[in-house]
Amino acid sequence: MSHVPQAAPMMVPHDGTDAEARPVFAQERRVFGLPVSAWPGVIAPVVIGFLALAAWEAAVRLNGIPHYILPGPLLIAQTLVSDWETLSASLLITLRITFAALLAAVSVGVALAIIFTQSKWLEKSLFPYAVILQVTPVVAIAPLIIIWVGDINLSLLICAWIVAFFPILSNTILGLNSADHNLINLFQLYRASRWQTLRYLRLPAALPYFLGGLKISGGLALIGAVVAEFVAGSGGSASGLAYRILESGYRLQIPRMFAALLLISLTGIAIFFATSTIGYLALRHWHESAVKREN
Amino acid sequence: MRAAASAAPVADAGLVRQSARPLVSIRNVSKQFANGTVAIRGVDLDIRQGEFVSLLGPSGCGKSTLLRIIAGLGNPSAGTVDWPTSAHSATGEAERDLGFVFQDPTLMPWATTMRNVMLPLTLARAPKRVAEARAAEMLGLVGLKGFERAYPRELSGGMKMRVSIARALVTRPRILLMDEPFAALDEITRHKLNDDLLELWWHTRFTTVFVTHSVFESVYLSQRIVVMAARPGRVMADLANDASYPRDALFRTSAEYAHLCRAASETLKKAIAA
Repeated sequence: MSHVPQAAPMMVPHDGTDAEARPVFAQERRVFGLPVSAWPGVIAPVVIGFLALAAWEAAVRLNGIPHYILPGPLLIAQTLVSDWETLSASLLITLRITFAALLAAVSVGVALAIIFTQSKWLEKSLFPYAVILQVTPVVAIAPLIIIWVGDINLSLLICAWIVAFFPILSNTILGLNSADHNLINLFQLYRASRWQTLRYLRLPAALPYFLGGLKISGGLALIGAVVAEFVAGSGGSASGLAYRILESGYRLQIPRMFAALLLISLTGIAIFFATSTIGYLALRHWHESAVKREN
Repeated sequence: MRAAASAAPVADAGLVRQSARPLVSIRNVSKQFANGTVAIRGVDLDIRQGEFVSLLGPSGCGKSTLLRIIAGLGNPSAGTVDWPTSAHSATGEAERDLGFVFQDPTLMPWATTMRNVMLPLTLARAPKRVAEARAAEMLGLVGLKGFERAYPRELSGGMKMRVSIARALVTRPRILLMDEPFAALDEITRHKLNDDLLELWWHTRFTTVFVTHSVFESVYLSQRIVVMAARPGRVMADLANDASYPRDALFRTSAEYAHLCRAASETLKKAIAA
């Protein structure tokens, strides 16, 4: 076997720790921070988007569709710029309600989930009411809330919160209860207190589930805020994007309606990316979902 | 190798510091699950300070159940488990002072190797510096120096099991309970881990109870092999293994080892047939 080339000697002798058996993560070449193989997935939808917009613009111009029926994308972009002062003020209001509602959903949802998992009876007694709150359409109860609460901003916040908090609650409960059974035994062996088990075992185990809930709730908080604004329909200085849409509808300012709609969509997309990024950053070291970049 | 009644003292190879009172005294222990299955019935067993005992038997013979009862992870339906030489709390509960290694590494995937090994000390509210120093020392002892910051998913199966052993030993327990720890590993890794475990035991002399269904593993490792049978789980024989330590790859190929394995296999076969 002398013709077989000698294998290069290993730098580190095998010391029995099977260190060589560590999985290898291939490093792919990156362009602007993205691996080469990921680029077609980015370029394709962008190209499709541009083609669709061009077709839309062409259809509007060639058929002479009046802009109060369907404005072209260029007119919408122009309106977005010219009405930016009004629209940005409304965007800020909608954003404020959305984020306040999301924050409230996270804190109340997680707190309730922790309380529920500490006591089976509490969960059994209260969870049905959380479900009722969730399944009741917010449009149906928003008028009541507005009448009862009085303050319009607080009413909107409550409505958005009702829509957003349930995914966080139910996902976090699932996560808190899904800690590895042997790890629970191990904590028992070392006489861990309830608080230690929560802090070192149940909360970390619940993190991926919570983040999944957060991703859903982020979008729902926005939807809740917009729906509540529609119901409230209030005018005046403190009016969100939904009111701008209603107002534009009454005044047949359809380009402005589209511009407001565009801002709502962009907000939703931004929230989705933000929650996805938070999820990736929190889980990248250990959770399969983040490690495989499937966020 | 010879059979001995389970309660009778076993002549050791001059290794065990003979103590008048056993570390763990199991008397007439039975376990019946809620669904009516009798996992073990009438087990009597003494585990002496410093000895390496294997619980050998087919699956379903209740060896894991017995181990969990020793650990306090489940109460026996009948009988007692005493720790005559251990301190007892005001409520009369023995301070078991044990380490446990599960069949799976059972590591926290969100924590680094270091944090995983530190866990028992963290739960005992040891100062962080002390815990870190102890954990680093244990990682060195199991051959994982340099992997302190690695996450479990970055480690191979054998390395994860080493982390699990380091975690079990980080509190310097008097007794190490292992529940088929190497069953899921390939043979090469298993042999290496067997050797390293023996070396650790040889130098530190923690009492070890090792659950296995492998005759070869039990003969290679232990001073005493408790053979169990299934349905219901019970102790059929208590074999002494007088082969001298340190045992290494040479022992694996020796006539003595072959002879011991044959004897243990025959006892196990009889136990299964019984």
